[in-house]
Order: sequence, then structure tokens, then C-alpha cells
Amino acid sequence: MRVSSPKTMFEKVWDRHVVVPETADTPAVLFIDLHLTHEVTSPQAFQLLRERGMKLRRPDLTLATMDHSTPTRTEQVFGGQPISIESAARQVHQLEKNCAEFGVELLGLRHELRGIVHIIGPELGLTQPGRTIVCGDSHTSTHGAFGALAFGIGSTEVGHVLATQCLLQRRPKTLAIEVANALHPGVTAKDLILGIIGQIGVAGGTGHVIEYRGAAIRAMDMEARMTVCNMSIEAGARAGLIAPDETTFAYLKGKARAPRGAAWDEAVARWRELPSDSGARFDRTVNVDAAALEPMITYGTNPGMVVPITAPIPSRSGDAAFDKSLAYMGFTAGEPIRNQPVNVVFLGSCTNGRISDLRAAADVLRGHKVAKGVHLLVVPGSQQVRREAEKEGLDRVFIEAGADWRESGCSMCLGMNGDTVPKGEYCVSTSNRNFEGRQGVGARTLLASPLTAAATAIRGRVTDPRDLING
Amino acid sequence: MTAIKTLRSRTVVLPSTNIDTDQIMPARFLTTTTREGLGAHLFADWRYDAAGAPNPDFVLNRPEAKGCQVLVAGRNIGCGSSREHAPWGLVDYGFRAVISTEIADIFRNNSLKNGLLPVIVDGQTHEWLLANPGAEVTIDLESCTLTLPTGTAVKFPIDAFARYCLMNGVDELGYLLSKDAEIRAYEQRRA
Repeated sequence: MRVSSPKTMFEKVWDRHVVVPETADTPAVLFIDLHLTHEVTSPQAFQLLRERGMKLRRPDLTLATMDHSTPTRTEQVFGGQPISIESAARQVHQLEKNCAEFGVELLGLRHELRGIVHIIGPELGLTQPGRTIVCGDSHTSTHGAFGALAFGIGSTEVGHVLATQCLLQRRPKTLAIEVANALHPGVTAKDLILGIIGQIGVAGGTGHVIEYRGAAIRAMDMEARMTVCNMSIEAGARAGLIAPDETTFAYLKGKARAPRGAAWDEAVARWRELPSDSGARFDRTVNVDAAALEPMITYGTNPGMVVPITAPIPSRSGDAAFDKSLAYMGFTAGEPIRNQPVNVVFLGSCTNGRISDLRAAADVLRGHKVAKGVHLLVVPGSQQVRREAEKEGLDRVFIEAGADWRESGCSMCLGMNGDTVPKGEYCVSTSNRNFEGRQGVGARTLLASPLTAAATAIRGRVTDPRDLING
Repeated sequence: MTAIKTLRSRTVVLPSTNIDTDQIMPARFLTTTTREGLGAHLFADWRYDAAGAPNPDFVLNRPEAKGCQVLVAGRNIGCGSSREHAPWGLVDYGFRAVISTEIADIFRNNSLKNGLLPVIVDGQTHEWLLANPGAEVTIDLESCTLTLPTGTAVKFPIDAFARYCLMNGVDELGYLLSKDAEIRAYEQRRA
């Protein structure tokens, strides 16, 4: 028998899902194990099925929820008030209609399991090692934290998956990011991924699937790993993977839709085979030293424009795009980013809206008040996260500090639901994108960790969380 | 989808690097449930002022941009969100091709599915295009070449299957549906 050559985890997952192999003329037909869908990128896909008289091929592998354009004010979710944006309300109702017509399970607006699509997949135990997972959302890369091959697709491809449970795909390249050593206290998974994006650039992962490896990754809990994989797309990579291990299995065990009994044991045995074989070859490797990192914060208009919080805003002479970006932000090259006054702090999103993120922020905020004139918006990533936070009394910590405590959703990450940052104002945000206008027309976004966000809310100025944690 | 074989057009140049899909189609226009009409919102925050009046400095608002079907953009256009509303908006506005040195993966995929041709060129060709806005270029999908008015012709890479679909104006779903027997066999094997 021929001994097979060592394989990367990506190759193992890919190979197991090839329905028709790729050729020079045609891409591979790849089977999709889980299709998550939401109100914004699905209406045109359901319409495609309708126009062609097709049915949904695998309702059992499809789950819908609503998160992007949904309100976060309790009275608009559960009370008598209508959703304030009329077109958003129509989109929500369209998803209800589409799911009823095509037989898709929907965790709708008032469902107790509703939340941001990338928060609820793991929470329900649907995100499992070795699966192929897609969603019409670029942050689908989040699910890679479990060793699933998960990537974002456009609405046309959403239609392809609805109709065939498959996608046409060319095999991407592989990029190993080896993260040596340990993160220092006050430095989080968010700081690590911002540091990585700063190092390889916003197009550094284009055409690649990233595998995050090394001691710092192994030491992380699942929620931190999700934060890392979530922002793979911010480095241009459609997917980011982390090998499953005991941490992964412990997280999944007992989750509502994870395997049980004998099926659990079989699944774990299968999952143990997934990590990249020793000697497996990656197309590229990048080395990162976790111990060299400080809390990171962005100063520009893409996530690669990032510095350690103690560093000055850099300059790049002769780079017009860089200067345009600083002008948009109202910053001057050479000035410190620390102590820049802010107006808004947003804690939430698929990047940092999980319970551990809320706990970390609450630990910093406990016994403090939000600075006068600063709006701290706390939006849990799901209704389950919200209930857990309330059970632990975190909501009280936020409310007593003067924060605005809301129902779950994408909210101010992209402002589709009307939760926006006013023009010209500065927002330290735990979300994933600091593009021009991302959080509202003219809004100025500084991406940072939940610790940095909480410390900044207290001082009203960009604050190194280590100043508050240590003193 | 309209078939593309050759395209001859003047260019519009947006030299900014990393033009993300939030710039191409801001999120507040994503509450639509159709593909139509998004051209009106294309580059909305650059194209219009706060009162909704056209910004005279923005390139698409200049008279010479009228009728141009080719957008030349700075490196790494289309990064960020997977929203297909970005290529829908570009196509609805009248663009049929986007040229850059790097084009982000999801945006490139979405463009191919909507008859918007992503053309990746070398740095030198890109420099020339950035320096010569309004140049009349020819894009030939048969030979996969971009020809500049100087007569210089450069090859560009494109996936063979996507090229076939673009040239024949067919979408990929037909091909996927033709693999039904293979998909069924795979499902049975896995069940």
C-alpha cells in the first residue's frame, strides 16, 4: 500500500468534501455541510430559486437567523414599537416569508436563540471540526476556530448552495501563521490578530487559507480563537483555521446540536485526525512572536493601519492614500494615539461580542463610570450571551457605569440598523472594520480589544488597559 | 447575464488603494431585497455631499466619465465585506470591467458571476493606466489580453470556467445542477 504524503488540515477537510474534482477547465464541486443565512444577503438568492422553480435541496443543513438590519432597542424587538427603518423591517419580513416558503429553520427576531450568525453557530454546537461551512458574510471565517473550513460567499453563491448544497471552488493556497510564545497580561486575541494584519497587510492573505498555529494559539480558549479566525478576511484570506484539540472538544460537549453518546465518541475520534500532519507543506509561512505584542489600536481606515497603543501615529512620506486616510481620521503623523479623545465606545460584534468579551470589559468597568459625554454601547452577540451576562450581573455593571445595554445583533459594527456613530465623531470599537463610513457617514473608527474599549470608555480618551488593570 | 467577448471603452480612474466594498456600496443601501437600482448608490459617500448633491470633484461626476465601462482602481480593490451589492452596483451603473494589480477574492468571485470582468495587470501597465485616465482600452476575453491605445497588449489571468461562462453569458448554476447524480452519490456515501 502506498503511504500517503503528509497533509495540512485544510487539505484533509477539502479532500473529504470534493464531489467532483477540479480540472484545468472546471473548478471542483465542493459539498457544504452547513449553510448559515441571514436577512441581508439571502433575498436575491431565494428569488433565484423562485424564478427557476427550484426547491431548497437540503433544509436540514440550512439555518437562518437575522442580525444585520435588526433593531437592538428592546421595545423594537419585543415591545409594541415598529422597527424604525422601514426597509430593514421589510427585509426582516422577507426572510420570514422566504423561510416559511422554502422550509428553512429560522431563529427569528424574537427567538431566544437568535444572534449574530457567527456567534450562534458555535453556541448551538453546529460549528464542528472538519465541516465545510458557508454564509453570505465575509466573517464566516470565524467558524474556522473549530477546524472547520468556513468562508464567506456572495448572494449568487448563496443561491447555488440553496439549490445544490454545493459550490464551485478552486483550491486556495495555504498560509501557516506560527504564533510563538505567550501573550502578556492585558494583551488579547484581538491585539494578536490586529498585529498579524499589521504585519502581513490587508491583502497579505489573498488567495490563501490561513492556519493559525503555535503556543499562543494552543493556550487560547475557543472564544479567543474565534476572534482570531474572525478577522482572517481583514488580511484578505477567506478562511482561517485552528486545529481542534481538547479545548475544542470541551467547548462543544453538551452543546444543543453537538453529537451525543456514541456519536460523540465517534466524532471526537474523527476530529482527532484533522490536525495537519507533521511534515505537511504550506505554500507560505509567517512567524509571529506573541510576547512582543502590546495592546493594538488602529489609527487609519483599514485594519492594517494599526500600531501598539504606546506608539505614535506613523508617517509614510509620498503615500497619498495614507495621507488621505489620516485626513479622514483627523490625525497628524507623529502624534500619540494614546489620549486621543473619543465620543463613542462600541462593545460587541462577531469579533468581540461573546460572553468572555463582556466579562473582560465588565472587569475593567466595575466600580467606574463612563466618562462624561461618552456613549458606551454594549451589544451582546446573541440572546444567549445576553441572558448569560444578565445571570452573571454584567448588565448591572454596564448600566451602573452609564452604558447603554441592548438586545443582540451586528448593530454599530456596520450601522445598518440605525445604530451609527455621528459624523466626525471618534469611536473605539471592538468590531472588525475601520473603513471610511463603516459605522456611519463620516464616522471615525479605532479598532481595539474589549479591554482597551472599556478603559477608553472610563477615561474618555484612548487608554492603555494596562494602566487600569495594574493600577 | 450578458455575454462579453470584447470590450472597448475609455477608462475611469480611482487611484485609491484598498477600495473596500463599504465604499463601493455603503451598508445603509443593503436593506434592499432586489439586485436592481443599486447604481444610484455606487460610491455614494464619495459621490454625493451630505445634502445629496453630486460632489463635483469626484471622478464619476465629471462629464468625461459618462459612458465609461472600465474602472481602473488602486491595488486591492474589493476588500472587506462579501456583499454582492458592490458588483451589482457597478454593473447597474454601467461598468463591465475592473482593472487593478490585486483584486480581493470574494469581490472577484462575485464580479465574475455578474458579467463584471476582473482584470489583473502588472505594476507597469497599472502605472500607465493610472497616469492616463480616459484612455481607450480594449479587453479581449478570447485571447485574454488588455490592449492600451499605445498598442501595448498584456495578457491577464482568468479562470477557464469563469471565462467560458462570461463569453457565453451563462451562469454556473446550470453546470452545478448537471452534477446532480454525483452530488446524490456523495450524499449517500456520507449518510
